[in-house]
Amino acid sequence: MAIQSQGFGQSTHAEKRSWFRRNRDLSKFVLAKLGGGVLTLLFVVIFNFFLFRMMPGDPVGLYNRGRNQDPVQLAKLRAALNRPIWDQFVTYMRNPFAETIDSTRFSRPVWGLIGDRLWPTVLLVGTAIVLASIIGVWIGIRAGWTPGGRFDRISTGFTLILYSMPEFWLGLVLLIVFAVGAFGIPGLFPTGGMISPGLSGGSLRGVLDTGWHLALPCLTLTLVYLAEYSLIMRASVVDELGQDYLTTARAKGLLDSDVRRRHAVPNALLPTMTLIFMNLGFVVGGAITVETVYSWPGLGLLSYDAIKGPDIPLLQAAFLLFSFAVIIANVTADLLYAYLDPRVRP
Amino acid sequence: MSAGNSQTGMQSGREVARARRSANRRRLRRAFLAHRGGRWGLGILIFFVALALFAPLLFNRATLSVIHATGLPYQHPSFQYPLGTDESGRSVLARLAWGTRVSLVVGCAATVISMVLGTAVGILGGHFRGPVDTVLNGLSNWFLVIPFLPLAVVMATVLGPSMLNIIIVIGVTSWPGTARIIRAQTLSVEGRPYLERAKALGGSDTHQMVKHVLPNVMPLVLANTTLTVAIAILAETSLSFLGLGNPLEPSWGGILDDAFSNGAVSLGAWWYVLSPGVCVVLVVIAFTLIGRALEQILDPRQSVVA
Repeated sequence: MAIQSQGFGQSTHAEKRSWFRRNRDLSKFVLAKLGGGVLTLLFVVIFNFFLFRMMPGDPVGLYNRGRNQDPVQLAKLRAALNRPIWDQFVTYMRNPFAETIDSTRFSRPVWGLIGDRLWPTVLLVGTAIVLASIIGVWIGIRAGWTPGGRFDRISTGFTLILYSMPEFWLGLVLLIVFAVGAFGIPGLFPTGGMISPGLSGGSLRGVLDTGWHLALPCLTLTLVYLAEYSLIMRASVVDELGQDYLTTARAKGLLDSDVRRRHAVPNALLPTMTLIFMNLGFVVGGAITVETVYSWPGLGLLSYDAIKGPDIPLLQAAFLLFSFAVIIANVTADLLYAYLDPRVRP
Repeated sequence: MSAGNSQTGMQSGREVARARRSANRRRLRRAFLAHRGGRWGLGILIFFVALALFAPLLFNRATLSVIHATGLPYQHPSFQYPLGTDESGRSVLARLAWGTRVSLVVGCAATVISMVLGTAVGILGGHFRGPVDTVLNGLSNWFLVIPFLPLAVVMATVLGPSMLNIIIVIGVTSWPGTARIIRAQTLSVEGRPYLERAKALGGSDTHQMVKHVLPNVMPLVLANTTLTVAIAILAETSLSFLGLGNPLEPSWGGILDDAFSNGAVSLGAWWYVLSPGVCVVLVVIAFTLIGRALEQILDPRQSVVA
């Protein structure tokens, strides 16, 4: 700011030109990021088309794996798969979200199935990400501010162990201890599902019941995400520790807590913020294994059912959705990072 | 050891290099054993490797067959069955020991694929730059962005459940992280004088990459390998749990799948659910500790601090 105001009044022309150039660079940057995102999406669509047609043999056989199917559906499947591959490719590229083949397991259009399962997943993973980012960032700040201290050693050990766990196993252990009951602990939580039979989600009792069902799967996912967030947050806080501006802030006579809160944390928050934002893409992708363990009726469980089939059309659609969500979240995170951190901007 | 071997009194360049390398290796070994985390990791790993190697001697394979099972279903841990029995009365401990072999083999084999791919892509991109780099970089970025589990699941489903397919899927999906690190290191190596010398003497691209770049990025590859094994074992556990592994040769993840699908959770058979996961956690932590120790020793920036 100070440097800009020095030239004030002398050369408005040059200033205007540099403003234009900066704006042009900025739009170039944004366009490059967006273009990269679109290319990635395109590649996903192409990959998604060819992966499922790479296998040798009869594609119809791959789709129904020797199951009995009703003849009308089989004829429909044959009609869709017997066309020349380039013809199929062009159709697919024109609209990858089109409903050409029904789910072989549920005998329903795939996107309708996915739509039904979207909200439970958003509820579960969304809550977990919010909780994990608050707690994880807090742990990371406290641990990173005094590296090597007691809190740091305990929390880093704890998060490293969490990080080395398969998340579904953590889910299984929590389930066996707190829902089934083991080691003298009675079963406090339901063993699966999203709502007790007979209750509707609209009533107060239904909402409370959903929260009760949500507790364990949400705890599992929170612990899994939290490990990652706190480790990254800790590393960025440690990186800031030796910086000159912190010494300046201390020399001004600020309290240690003020130095941390007003100077160190805002700078250290950037990488974690980006990571959290990127993980928002997983809100849709869900947690295949954790939803399976708790039979939470979301997209993860749907994917599990699709694997068990295998239900190729459903799997293909789910993969497309997950990839799109993650790529869009990624591009947004990149742009957000540039917006928040002027050093990344051109 | 070869330092004093030269016959002419003057040492040839090759001998000097060899002596320096073996001295480096000795220094690395000493520094590693002085690292507490590294020692722990190595200890745990040696235990599991021994378990995998001696599984056929310790536990008769015949008892793993459902029809030759010796116990009753879901027995609590006892003297005869230290980790209890599973749904068909087989010893969980025996199954774990045999599962160790599968988990370790899949983890290591997938890592080999991932390392070869990642190193090759990283060095090629960093060496040739230009369009080759752009294409390879785009490819690795694509794999980095796509969520790992859905991608692996989709590929494994299309290929069909088998151990080899799981190895291929994990290897093919986990190389980009390595490629990125190796590419950065290659770029910094490319600027050094000895490469300029090799270029001036007319060394081919292959010669430059294999004889000069590769040995210099090798330490980094090594440190990265152990971390990749940890990730690969975790990935294998998830994929096997989803039923994408070979059901006849269950890994730890496959055992967890058996436990889950046969209702061990609702019956409260904690020994059956707990033990495979503890093994996974221990092995993953062991590899992570070793990797971190190597990183700290090999990275001059960090070793000053440590």
